[in-house]
Amino acid sequence: MAITDLEPNQEALARREAVRTNGLERYRRMVEIRAAEAKIREFHSAGQAWGTTHCADGQEAVAVGLAAAAKPTDSIWIAHRVHGLGLALGCSLESVFAENLGRQNGSVGGIGGSFHLTEISVGLIHSFTIIGTQLAQAVGGAYAAQVQGSEMVAIAQFGDGAVNIGVFHEALNLAKIWNVPVVFLLENNHYAEFTRVDRMTPIEPLASRAEAYDMPWSVLDVQDVNDVRDGLGEAIDRARSGGGPTLVEAITYRYLGHSRSDPAAYRPAQELEAWAERDPILVNGRHLVATGMATEGELARVTEEVDSTIEAAAEAALAGPPPELGAMFANVWAPDR
Amino acid sequence: MKRMRMNQAITMAIRDEMAADNSVVCYGEDVAEAGGVFKTSVGLLDEFGPLRVRDMPISEMAILGSAVGAATLGLRPVVEIMFVEFFGVCLDQIVTQAAKLRYLTNGAVTVPMVARASVGAGRGFSATHSQTCETWFMSSPGLKVVHVSDGASAYGLLRSAIRDDNPVVFLEPKTAYGTRSAVTIGEEGIIPLGQAAIKRAGTDVTMISLGQLVSSCIEAAEGLNQIGISVEVIDLQTLKPWDRPTIMESVARTKRAVIVEENPLTGGWGGDLASAIGSGLFGELAAPVHRVTTPDVPVPFSRELEFQFLPSVDYITAQVSELCQTNKVPDPWWRPYQ
Ligand SMILES: Cc1ncc(C[n+]2csc(CCOP(=O)(O)OP(=O)(O)O)c2C)c(N)n1
Ligand SMILES: [Mg+2]
Repeated sequence: MAITDLEPNQEALARREAVRTNGLERYRRMVEIRAAEAKIREFHSAGQAWGTTHCADGQEAVAVGLAAAAKPTDSIWIAHRVHGLGLALGCSLESVFAENLGRQNGSVGGIGGSFHLTEISVGLIHSFTIIGTQLAQAVGGAYAAQVQGSEMVAIAQFGDGAVNIGVFHEALNLAKIWNVPVVFLLENNHYAEFTRVDRMTPIEPLASRAEAYDMPWSVLDVQDVNDVRDGLGEAIDRARSGGGPTLVEAITYRYLGHSRSDPAAYRPAQELEAWAERDPILVNGRHLVATGMATEGELARVTEEVDSTIEAAAEAALAGPPPELGAMFANVWAPDR
Repeated sequence: MKRMRMNQAITMAIRDEMAADNSVVCYGEDVAEAGGVFKTSVGLLDEFGPLRVRDMPISEMAILGSAVGAATLGLRPVVEIMFVEFFGVCLDQIVTQAAKLRYLTNGAVTVPMVARASVGAGRGFSATHSQTCETWFMSSPGLKVVHVSDGASAYGLLRSAIRDDNPVVFLEPKTAYGTRSAVTIGEEGIIPLGQAAIKRAGTDVTMISLGQLVSSCIEAAEGLNQIGISVEVIDLQTLKPWDRPTIMESVARTKRAVIVEENPLTGGWGGDLASAIGSGLFGELAAPVHRVTTPDVPVPFSRELEFQFLPSVDYITAQVSELCQTNKVPDPWWRPYQ
């Protein structure tokens, strides 16, 4: 992918390879994401981080499943709920933490903040904070691949709330008539801000909207990281082999409020508890033990190891200086050709 | 007179207009059941019911477009576009449709609607959720543009905006939603559109500002007073149409004007005011008209950078003091960079 002439980030590539090839690493990454989000909330309560933040506790299987299914040479265009997706795709803990803290060592140098991540080496183009905008951009990315004759697939990740904005429909239609290699990953966590999905969208499953565009669609509904990987993998293979776009809906659940300031008091009683029984880390842990890929003891050790990694990364992130004044002016324009 | 937060004053204004006029309706994303993400419509659903107070899907084009249609046929919609940047996905409905419908129907149709939005930096929301974007609307004839500075101006101007027969873009500084101040409720609290407010009288220089920077200007003026510079501070309140008589009268007296604006230097509304003042008072001024703005960059996230980016009280003070002492325009802080 000729997006940039930056040096490839070997650490990000290695982190990505780990979740692509190793089942226990997928488990570890989900545990890491859960712990990292808790750490980010700690930064906020301690007054170290600034602004707002959107956590995705409960949605780890989608992030890691996507990271496992897509190649690092595919391009990925995500929405605002970024920490888990970024960490799954290969961003380091330090870069995600430091971006939340507004430090130089952050993913985008402390210029973007809690909902902005980029890691080009593993195909993460950016996180887009105006709802739906990335769908059309991913179609354009896929078109570029078509023109350039590359193998790249473009993947747009977005939430259930994004299916009612015009660009969702425009992007799906365009992707189909251009027959470009794009996968639309609709991450349905049941809420858009404070509003339950069924209050604002009259159809179910949401992915069936693809029929209006004569586009294949599927629903992945088990909070299982390997299921997400396989389901997305099918769509990605179709795109790569010239079969055009697919709309994949991953059903999941947002454990916390929309953002830092939201206690999610609007949630029906017992809803969270019911979803917790299908917790993606629990589901995957059970699977690893049942298939003999890990023991209970090994899973416990993963959690311990992750905890110390988190602490070390937090320390490194906090040690980063704020951006220099000149950083404010640095990338307003590209240099002259 | 009651002390309340700005978001409560906004809620009150909508409430009072809804109570006075059945044609006023109110909707947006998470506006009804949740009472708004900035808590600017708490209790309205309970009081007026779901036909007049509605939650919307994430469909800004439909929010604004339906407001235009409803206004055309006799309602007075007050709709919320959560962050002003989200106008970007529905700009047609406001600048091309709402603004021009009356003109294009030869006066047969009016579009009495208000589109409210949060604006401004200072909350760590970075480049896509921190601008003011006032000039997107200012350059579209047919729209009125209001940008409030506190609870009293929010209450008074919102009631006027809802009563106005034109489409009004109503901008609210997000840093001020939680700030408490004294608000006059009821008819006496209503502030007409198109009128600036002299917040502080002075004789050496006129500072003209809007939104969250008005309070910074007042604070700077107090400090400048200590060093013998007497500053008049004007809150423009309505950006379009702006209050030419008040501004001209003030600057004719003080002979100096500093426009303090939360916009990049290039393309900000201060350019229009500066040109009007410079042309209108040519030969009568003691110093060139000066603009204090942000640099020509998107809003950066890091706290250190964001508060350097926004004109601070200290920076405004230094700029005004240098202008008054030298009668020359001082360099902006970013001169070494841009
Ligand atoms: C065009 C636009 N409208 C509104 C918003 C404000 N907003 C940010 S996130 C969000 C909810 C999104 O819900 P969903 O797509 O389900 O994603 P989730 O937050 O659940 O991950 C809204 C309304 C926005 N960022 N952009
Ligand atoms: Mg959602």
